[in-house]
Amino acid sequence: MAQIASITLLHNDDARPIIEAILADNPGCRVLNMPGAVKLDRDDELVVRRASVEARIGRAWDPQELQLVIVSMAGNLDEDDDHFTLSWKH
Amino acid sequence: MTPKKLGLKQRYALMTRGLDWETTYQPMDKVFPYDRFEGIKIKDWSAWEDPFRLTMDAYWKFQGEKERKLYAVLDAFAQNNGQTGISDARYTNVLKLFLTGVSPLEYQAHRGFAFAGRHLRGVGPRVAAQMQSLDELRHVQTQIHTISHYNKYFDGLSEFRHMHDRVWYLSVPKSFFDDARTAGPFEYMIAIGFAFEYVLTNLLFVPFMSGAAYNGDMSTVTFGFSAQSDESRHMTLGIEVIKFLLEQDADNLPIVQRWVDKWFWRGHRVLGLVAMMMDYMLPKKVMSWKEAWEIYFTEAGGSLFTDLARYGLKVPKYADVATADAEHISHQNWATFYQYTHAAAFHTWMPDRAHMDWLSEKYPNTFDKYYRPRFEMWAEMEKQGQRFYNNSLPQLCQVCQIPMVYTEPGDPTKIAFRCSQVEGETYHFCSDGCKDIFDAEPQKYVQAWMPVQQIFQGNCGGASIPDVLAWYRLNAGADNMDYVGSPDEKLWNDWHAAAARAAG
Amino acid sequence: MTVQIKTIDLEPRRQTFGHVARRLGGDKPASRYQEATFDLQPTDHFHYRPLWEPQFNIYDPRKTEVVMRDWYALLDPRQYYYGAYNIARANMNQAVERNFTFVEERDLFARADDGLKAKLVAGLLPVRHLHWGANMNMTEICQRGYGTAVTAPSIFSAGDHLGMAQIVSRIGLVIDRHTGTSLDTAKAAWMNAPEWQGVRQLIEDTLVERDWFQLFVAQALGVNAVLLDLVYACTEAAFGPVTIPVAMLTEFMADWAAEEGKWSDHVIKVVAAESAENAALVSAWARYWIDRAEAAGVALSGLLTGEGAAAVTAASAARARAARLGLTL
Repeated sequence: MAQIASITLLHNDDARPIIEAILADNPGCRVLNMPGAVKLDRDDELVVRRASVEARIGRAWDPQELQLVIVSMAGNLDEDDDHFTLSWKH
Repeated sequence: MTPKKLGLKQRYALMTRGLDWETTYQPMDKVFPYDRFEGIKIKDWSAWEDPFRLTMDAYWKFQGEKERKLYAVLDAFAQNNGQTGISDARYTNVLKLFLTGVSPLEYQAHRGFAFAGRHLRGVGPRVAAQMQSLDELRHVQTQIHTISHYNKYFDGLSEFRHMHDRVWYLSVPKSFFDDARTAGPFEYMIAIGFAFEYVLTNLLFVPFMSGAAYNGDMSTVTFGFSAQSDESRHMTLGIEVIKFLLEQDADNLPIVQRWVDKWFWRGHRVLGLVAMMMDYMLPKKVMSWKEAWEIYFTEAGGSLFTDLARYGLKVPKYADVATADAEHISHQNWATFYQYTHAAAFHTWMPDRAHMDWLSEKYPNTFDKYYRPRFEMWAEMEKQGQRFYNNSLPQLCQVCQIPMVYTEPGDPTKIAFRCSQVEGETYHFCSDGCKDIFDAEPQKYVQAWMPVQQIFQGNCGGASIPDVLAWYRLNAGADNMDYVGSPDEKLWNDWHAAAARAAG
Repeated sequence: MTVQIKTIDLEPRRQTFGHVARRLGGDKPASRYQEATFDLQPTDHFHYRPLWEPQFNIYDPRKTEVVMRDWYALLDPRQYYYGAYNIARANMNQAVERNFTFVEERDLFARADDGLKAKLVAGLLPVRHLHWGANMNMTEICQRGYGTAVTAPSIFSAGDHLGMAQIVSRIGLVIDRHTGTSLDTAKAAWMNAPEWQGVRQLIEDTLVERDWFQLFVAQALGVNAVLLDLVYACTEAAFGPVTIPVAMLTEFMADWAAEEGKWSDHVIKVVAAESAENAALVSAWARYWIDRAEAAGVALSGLLTGEGAAAVTAASAARARAARLGLTL
């Protein structure tokens, strides 16, 4: 069975472009809508790219701003200035 | 010319990691007196990875912004009397269970992470633990501030602090956290940081908060999701701790495995209260406990333990029993509180027909066969004015402190009993999981402040139920008993009657 | 459906929680600070003794020698709960960001020659380690102390010291143009330079102090009132040509010291006023730690200003302050 990398975000205006960026950058990503939140699952790895979010919001965006909208996650985290990656790869 | 901006990793390392030093005027073992006795071997603290790399300035910035947003919602909720817009006043019983049972644990976590944040020898985990200590203080305080508004109108919330340290069923979460707080710093990190925050927290918060959203409680949704944004940092700390301990020395594996087994089972027992809340207390249901267990333990936990297998760590012992329990635990817990409704600080009720049909659908293997007949009988007895109360005091499990109501694995018609002898005394347990925990540290668990034994010993205000309730500061006739006939119900009906009149 | 407010009676049944009402002497509206503070810490029916310290309960008033009838007498005059604290610090930090941008964009440290830069590295940057020791002490007071009134502000203070340690680190990165070499040099000075050894020995001695209220006094009146005041107050004498940029980048510390002092002064004053026994204990602790800080500060003051007088001045101010708090030194 594949290991599932997962991120749950608030379903609000701040998170919407981030959700769009994730769906664009992570083929095969599955969406579970919950009241007030959305859970995004993908086999093995899920990445949030700074450039993709910035392209959608038209301003500079720091992956640490995910702090404001994240609800939950699964996978080993690797974060730097350009991406926030959850993965079960080694 | 401004020099090149540093990357996040490098900047964090320079600003944080070099701050500590090897003491020479005092021995390191005296500066850190508590991190050796558990037998955990750490060769190199600098191998610790800081995944989030939050500096204090970023912490203040993000947390300040979250708090501004949260308190704006709380103010608006109070000004608009948002409490009148929830799905049904029955919903507030969820908040009663949360404030009396869970919020005090957030406080304990705050102090516990201060302990870890001072006494772990590595600077990386220490900073992360300190931030978590701050976050946990945030959680207890924002929960109090959110529910404060409900307390102005509904019963069962006012004495949450007093009750948490005394009431029989609240000793279940209290003893859970006392157990973690009295363990060494590494066990605490595995217990709370890993087993609770990583493996089980989603089962606690996501159901509570989605339930709040479904039932129109926008203030609780807001604090809940806001708190969860901190949890993702805490989960990361939890998983880093376990990986770090397992990477540092092969001798750590058996110790860590024992803690994972213990705290998984301890946590599973506490979460039975959440199971009951999801399946019985939410007027509008989000998902069943069994479904939540499948998503957040079977699926998410499966990925996690597959990953940890490369260190030799196994899926927690009795995980299979816990998964089988998911078919039963909410029904058995609700049946218990229904029988003891006179001694509980929230209201109970028998599910109506539509609710029972939902339970039949969600629990096709068990509800109709084992629980529906009993609940229909109790509902019928109520109709005939013979509402069933259990006036005996139950025997409690010496470890999880839940009354001995759970059934044998594989036989839902037979109550499970286990026992052990220590120095001529017999101690009773609800399960193999709890017995194993006791047998590994009997000297710890014989100390437990057992609510029923304390009542019999005369330490809880007297021998009669009214004496004990008074000692709990439980306002009999308002805080306890069935929802139907309660002051909460009357208030709710009055509001809605008045609103209906106004609407013509 | 939300019920129309005007149409129904929405008179609250009660104003606040039972334990808060008992504190206020009746059911009255309570502030967010009060509801977030009073009686949050458990006091009764602990299930197990700590494995590492079985002589005490998890929360135990006997972990210090001073005795209070009510530890909630130590309320925070700033009335900080988590939200209020974080928003206050986020605001202070906006000024820090502006100041760093201002200093870096104009390259204000360019006017420091290599000698002065070396002095900044040796004289100012090692204080980041002193803040780190202070962070450990305030975290210890939070975990070991008694009653939320004093323990909650202590973890805020711990966060403040970590934040200040990081601000000092950033000053180093400005000076060394983001290479981090200045921080290594400063750490070597902290470990080995004779001028810092008294300070390092003092803070290491506090790290092994297990009486949490003695630790509070040592931290507030020894470390904060003497040593940190000494370092930050010497800026002008020590770093002449870059006084302004250093003052700008340490403005947070000046604002913080004034605010923290209001809180810690209040705590010490209330504890000392409780009983003659408390006053005697706290006075003895204050005397000991101010004397120690003065002795340690003389060498540091020499490094910064060329003479020891600044340490004596700072210690005299700390003693006068202690006297105002009702202590006898």
